[in-house]
Amino acid sequence: MKRFLPWIALLAIASVPMWLKDPYLLNTFITTGIFIVAAMSLNLLLGYTGQLSLGHVAFFGIGAYTSALVSLGFDVELIGGFRVVHEPWPVWLGFVIAILVSGLCGYIVGKLSFRVRGAYFVIVTISFAEVVRLVALNWVELTQGPLALTSIPPMTLGLPGLGYFDFYGKPSNFYLVLGVIVLAYVIISRLVNSRVGRAMVALKENESLAVSVGIDVTRYLVLAAVISAGIAGAAGSLYAHYLKIIDPDVFLFLYTVTMVIMVITGGKGTLAGPIVGGLIFGFIPVVARSFASPEIQWILYGLFMILIIFVLPQGIVPACEKWFGVNAQPDASGPIKAKTQDAP
Amino acid sequence: MDVRSTQTQPALSIEHIAVHFGGLVAISDMSFVVNEGEVVSLIGPNGAGKTTAFNVITGFLRPSKGDVRYRGTSLSNLKPHEVTSLGLVRTFQRTSVFQSVSVFENVMIGLHRRGRSRLWDTLLALPRERESENELKTRAAEILALVGIERRTAELAGSLSYGDQRLLGVALALATDPSMLLLDEPVSGMNATETARFMQLLARLRGFGVTILLVEHDMPMVMGVSDRIVVLNYGKIIAEGPPAAIQGNPEVIQAYLGQGAKKRARD
Repeated sequence: MKRFLPWIALLAIASVPMWLKDPYLLNTFITTGIFIVAAMSLNLLLGYTGQLSLGHVAFFGIGAYTSALVSLGFDVELIGGFRVVHEPWPVWLGFVIAILVSGLCGYIVGKLSFRVRGAYFVIVTISFAEVVRLVALNWVELTQGPLALTSIPPMTLGLPGLGYFDFYGKPSNFYLVLGVIVLAYVIISRLVNSRVGRAMVALKENESLAVSVGIDVTRYLVLAAVISAGIAGAAGSLYAHYLKIIDPDVFLFLYTVTMVIMVITGGKGTLAGPIVGGLIFGFIPVVARSFASPEIQWILYGLFMILIIFVLPQGIVPACEKWFGVNAQPDASGPIKAKTQDAP
Repeated sequence: MDVRSTQTQPALSIEHIAVHFGGLVAISDMSFVVNEGEVVSLIGPNGAGKTTAFNVITGFLRPSKGDVRYRGTSLSNLKPHEVTSLGLVRTFQRTSVFQSVSVFENVMIGLHRRGRSRLWDTLLALPRERESENELKTRAAEILALVGIERRTAELAGSLSYGDQRLLGVALALATDPSMLLLDEPVSGMNATETARFMQLLARLRGFGVTILLVEHDMPMVMGVSDRIVVLNYGKIIAEGPPAAIQGNPEVIQAYLGQGAKKRARD
């Protein structure tokens, strides 16, 4: 049963556009899905290596801007009268380049900031996100600043001569986002169930012991940062091509907080956690909207979050696993002592 | 584990190590060697600098002066994980296991360096990934059997008894395939039976040719397993020699063993 559960859930979700015709709800599914991808990427860093990056939205925003600019083209004058002109490229290429550029930023930030841990690391990541936001806001020639980048083309797939497919409508975007979620899930689950994932868990659990068994701390932290940033960049690219307009507000601290809430409530360090947390906090505003005024909606949002953290401090997924006896550990407190003393 | 090599070859040599924390002198000037295949104990009162010496040897701490060499390689500028990859592996005094994962996963983590799969093998689930994982699983089971906690495989490491956690700590170190082990108070907190079991394990490791440097307060055990003993006091070596000589050394008795030891030594 446990083996089929993810497949059943996937089929149920995949059937949504077939019976759900309300464009507003479908839109919520898509934006929630995009944030789930971002939350999954944050979970790799926060849940598995134990490093809290509060600047995660930077990678999301960099992905969004990169993808938009690659597909829109730009004409920028750099210092010294040096001109860079870029003709528009196919959108799928923008998606790939967004992942690469975000991954590269993850590498640089990781290399620089993993010299410090804990609160210092958190501060470095927040500062990074803020710097990137200010660049996006002030480099008007490239990003249009607060005027926003507009008319971003929808995602297209295809090759010259073979025809193209545009992800223009909501159902097609729904399946696109679902596809990226599945892909990200597969990548992350393979990673965390391998020797790389074990190295990450070891770092989170006990860094000196991990080092003493020969695990190169910086290498695995940076690797986690690169993959995490790349996936966040993919989410950002989906966001840009779905909304077709982005402004420097994509770098808002609020988005990072949303991702952190999704990961923590769903259960950090579990594969399904960000998905469950993401669905809940993506849909609370929708449900609350039907009966409450905007101020009350946010209060409800906050109360619900506090409630979950208070009742299920480990998150929803680990709590469910415990209730349904999945991954149950045999109770080993009592008999062990007696046995060791009997041993010859 | 390595084949036993010539006994008199120095494996680890500590050359005029000094460690200062600001004005505090943790180790003033320490030199000794551990030969291949030998079991050497480092003893002395609390605060004498034993754990500091371990931290220096394994790269967790940079010495203010002096050098440490292992099989001819200087360890001064190596990071801890690089020291481990030379085959020189330590255990810790207190937190010695990954508490919230299973005993088996702990050893799998310890086997990290033996895994052959690359990142691409993992992401694309290529055959090499599974082969490597299967090898590691077989090896993990062997190591758990060697230290004698194979019946605890599925339990969370944090739920093990104290003695079993210490054994798991040793299993973790063994998983890295060491040629030399540095054990920091491995039997502290163990009862007599557990200590006896641990001494048997040490004897077996020795049989594999693993060189051992031991820090321990349990004197019967130290006297029982060591080829040589190095005694530290206030960051200085005050005596060095085989157990019998150390037990009779007046300075050691004065600083650490106490008068009772003198009587026992005479008996």
